[in-house]
Amino acid sequence: MRFEAPETLDAAVTLLHGEAGLARPLAGGTDLLVQLRAGAVEPDLIVDLKRIPEMRQIAAVDGGFRIGAAVTGAELGEHPDLKKAWPGVVEATELIGSTQIQGRASLGGNLCNASPAADSVPAMIAAAAAVTVAGPDGRREVPVEEFIAGPGQTCLAKGEIVVAVNLPPRPDHAGDAYLRFIPRTEMDIAVVGAGVSLTLDDGGLCTHARVALGAVAATPILVPAAADALIGTNGDEDALTRMAEAASAACRPIDDKRGTKAYRIKVAGVMARRAAEIALERARSC
Amino acid sequence: MSRQVSATINGDAVDFLCEPEETLLDVLRDRLALTGSKEGCGSGDCGACSVMLDGRLVCSCLVLGAEAEGRVIETIEGMADGKGLHPLQRHFLEQAALQCGICTPGFLVAAKALLDRDPEPSETEVRYWLAGNLCRCTGYDKIVRAVLSAAAEMREA
Repeated sequence: MRFEAPETLDAAVTLLHGEAGLARPLAGGTDLLVQLRAGAVEPDLIVDLKRIPEMRQIAAVDGGFRIGAAVTGAELGEHPDLKKAWPGVVEATELIGSTQIQGRASLGGNLCNASPAADSVPAMIAAAAAVTVAGPDGRREVPVEEFIAGPGQTCLAKGEIVVAVNLPPRPDHAGDAYLRFIPRTEMDIAVVGAGVSLTLDDGGLCTHARVALGAVAATPILVPAAADALIGTNGDEDALTRMAEAASAACRPIDDKRGTKAYRIKVAGVMARRAAEIALERARSC
Repeated sequence: MSRQVSATINGDAVDFLCEPEETLLDVLRDRLALTGSKEGCGSGDCGACSVMLDGRLVCSCLVLGAEAEGRVIETIEGMADGKGLHPLQRHFLEQAALQCGICTPGFLVAAKALLDRDPEPSETEVRYWLAGNLCRCTGYDKIVRAVLSAAAEMREA
């Protein structure tokens, strides 16, 4: 195995694209090093992306944010403007692992690991985030909900890497939230995760909403029917009930040691509803 | 293919050779004889290998040695000042916050990272901050109390 730590994106793409054997990009390493140790992956080349400045920066861009794919969870949590604009995305990322893991784990890594239960992904999908992908043929933008192809599978071609996560501008009266259910208080993998982002008009009516769920299908999913139940309402009891039902109806989970299908379907509705209540509260207070 | 890496460890410039697949924990323990950092799980779950990397608390088992090039690393070996123990170390001893001791270096490094950024954490904050450090002996209560009393002493100093 070889290890390279290029300082430019072009050099990283060239290394990854030119490797005849198996190449793996390295951001925080909190998934990759575990896979290396387990022998689950035996790369010929590891390319550390953390010396590329663009991968490590959070920039305010056109009213939104551009978050380098290797920015750590701890750095997200320490960014007051980002936390104010997108509290749901930040809280979802901060749920991943311990203080030690937060010092290394990144949004880009959580996305590229492509776990159906990745905590930050439903929050990014709800936020209508798109990732910038760089590769041998240049750059392209991919909506987060189209990025993951299946468990552990992404839409990246050989030589492509995720450079940044782009969060759109935030209008007034907008809020987002992410909740996950785990049977303990911390340090666990989601049984169900739910992200909600919504915007209200001056009268408190919901004009825009996105609802996304994690750990209830082969990939994190966007649930337009759940969003539709909120749009045009003020988030009343009836709207929240219909939203929860739509969320449950969209689930295609598996039975596993963390929960049964029936349980996940029920809990998905409960989590989506509670996340919506938090997002509504946040939207009303700004 | 070994490569040479230069880093700063506990304030000293250190050069070492390492293989690409060696972790920072392997390097610290096996090449530099800094055996204070322990290997518990090797997968980032137990925190026994906690070190500071450029001012961030990390598991050294989840860092490659080659990544350390040019970085600043602090380990448990740098915590005491000569023969004078850090207040956290003293309070761990005085309050029996350890039994077998394997988890202790990791807890101390993690607790110091907390107190360096927040000199007056609540008990809840201490428990959440240290959730990535596992101890199978003490039941955690004595550890949390030792951290809180060390923090109180450090605030008065």
